[in-house]
Amino acid sequence: MSSSAIAPARADASASERDIHVQFRDVNHVYPARAGHEAVHALGPIDLALQRGEFLSIIGPSGCGKTTLLEVLAGLVTPTSGAVEIDGRAVQGAVPDGVGVVFQEDASFPWLTVADNIAFSLKRAGMEKAEIATRVDYAIGLMGLTRFRKAYPSQLSGGMRQRVCIARTLVTRPKLILLDEPFGALDQQTRLIMGEELLKLWRETGATVMLITHSLDEAALLADHVAVMSARPGHFIEVIATGWPRDRDSRLASTPEFGALTSRLWALLRDESIKAMGPT
Amino acid sequence: MTARGRMLDYALLGLALYAGWWALATMVGTDALTPPNRTLERAGELLSTASFWRHTRATGTAFAWACLLSLAGGLLIGLAVGLSRLATEVGEPLIGTLYTIPKITLYPVVLLAFGLGLSAKIAFGVLHGIFPVILLTIGAIRNTKQVYLKSARVMKLTRTQTALHVLAPAIVPEIVTGLRIGFSSALLGTLVAELFASEEGLGFILIRAMEANRVTDVMALAFLLFAFAAGVGGVLLAVERRFHHG
Repeated sequence: MSSSAIAPARADASASERDIHVQFRDVNHVYPARAGHEAVHALGPIDLALQRGEFLSIIGPSGCGKTTLLEVLAGLVTPTSGAVEIDGRAVQGAVPDGVGVVFQEDASFPWLTVADNIAFSLKRAGMEKAEIATRVDYAIGLMGLTRFRKAYPSQLSGGMRQRVCIARTLVTRPKLILLDEPFGALDQQTRLIMGEELLKLWRETGATVMLITHSLDEAALLADHVAVMSARPGHFIEVIATGWPRDRDSRLASTPEFGALTSRLWALLRDESIKAMGPT
Repeated sequence: MTARGRMLDYALLGLALYAGWWALATMVGTDALTPPNRTLERAGELLSTASFWRHTRATGTAFAWACLLSLAGGLLIGLAVGLSRLATEVGEPLIGTLYTIPKITLYPVVLLAFGLGLSAKIAFGVLHGIFPVILLTIGAIRNTKQVYLKSARVMKLTRTQTALHVLAPAIVPEIVTGLRIGFSSALLGTLVAELFASEEGLGFILIRAMEANRVTDVMALAFLLFAFAAGVGGVLLAVERRFHHG
C-alpha cells in the first residue's frame, strides 16, 4: 500500500507510456452567485489521471464537490476553468461517447417495465431489435433481474431498482462508468452484495470505473486506487493504491491489510469531515 | 385493495348515506327534507319528462364546452408556463392567487361581458375549471425528477426524444389529476352560472324549484346531479389510478 503516482498527473513523466483514459488538468468549478446565495468555489484544483481499466473510488466529506467532479467528467457541468479529457479528447458541454453514469437517486423510469427501462436508450438510438434483445438479456442476466423482467420499478426494492439503473448503463457498453453513490440508499448487506456485483461487472467489461461513495469500507474494498478529497473546495489530499488482486471480493474485509487501509483513510478524512461540518 | 373489497366499501358507504339521509329527514320533517325513497321516485319521474332532458341538454352543452376549453386551454397554458423556468417563477404565484379568488364575485362582470346565455355559462365554467388544470400541469413539470432529465442527457437523447419519451410520460399522471379536478370545477362553475342568471339548464330548474319551495324537486335534482358528478368523478379517478405508478 503506497501513495500512488497517478496524481498529480502532470508530474508523472511516464504518463504517456501508460494507457491514460481520463485526464483532469487543473480543473476548478465555481457555482456563480445567485439571489440569496454567494458564489461557491465547489471544486478544485483537480489534477488526476485515470488508467484504462482501473477502478478508482473517491471519498470525501459531505459537500466537497464529489458530485460536481463526476458531472464535470460526464459533460453535464462545464468547469469554470481547467480541462478534462477522455482519450485525449476534451469534454465540452456534451456527454462524451462511451460514458455511462449511475446516479445516486433512483433514475429508473416508473412508467416502463424493467426490460423496457434497460432497452430504453438503445431503442432511442435506433439500434436493431435483435441486437437490443441480446444486450438486454445479457444485462438482465448479469444483474440478476431475470425474474423481474416484466415488473415495474414500483414493484421492486431500492436495491433492485439500482440494479435496473446499472443494467441500463451497462447495455450501452460504456468504456467509462461513473457511479455517484449508487448504493447510498441501500442497507449494509445489500451494499456489500452490490459492491461484489459491481466488481464482477468491472472484470467482465474491462471498463474504467469511477465510484463516488460515502462509505470508507466500500471505497477501500472495491478500488485499485482510493482518492481522498478535502473539504470544499474539494481537491485530492491523497490517492492511495490498494494493491488488491483483480479477482477480489468482500472477504477482503476481514484481512489486516483492509483494516490498516480503512484506518488510514479515516485518519485522512476525519479532519476534513470536521472542517466540512464546522461554520464556514 | 381488491376490486371486490372496494365494491363492498362503496356499498357500505351508500348504505350509511341512505341511513343518515333517512334519519335527518325524520328529524327535521319531510317538508324540509324529502326522505330518500320519495326523492328517488321523483328523480325517476323527472328522467321521463321531455323538459328535464331539454334542460339537461342545455347544461350539457355549456358544460361540454366549459370542460373542453378548461382542459385544452389549461393544458396549453400550463405547458407553456411550466416549460420556462422564468414563466413558472413569475406566473405560478399569479395563477395561484387567481385560483383562490371566489369567482362568484366576478359573475356580474362575466354577465356584462358575455350576456345572459350559453356563452356566459361557458365562460364561468372555464373560469372555474382552467386554473386547477394550469396549476397541476405546471406542478407536474416542476416536480419531474431532475435525475430523469440528467439520464436523458447521459443517454444522448435529442430534445424531441426527451420531451416525448421522458418528460411526457413523467408528467402524465399529475396531468390526469389536473384534468379530473378541472372537470369537476368546470361542472361546478357551469351549474353556479345557471343558478344565478340563465333561462334554461339544470341549475335554472333547480333554483326555480327552490324559489317555489318544491322541496322534493330540489332534492331529486340535487340527487341526479350528485349521481352524475360522482359517477364521472369515480371513472376519472379509476383512470387516474392506472396512470399512477405506485
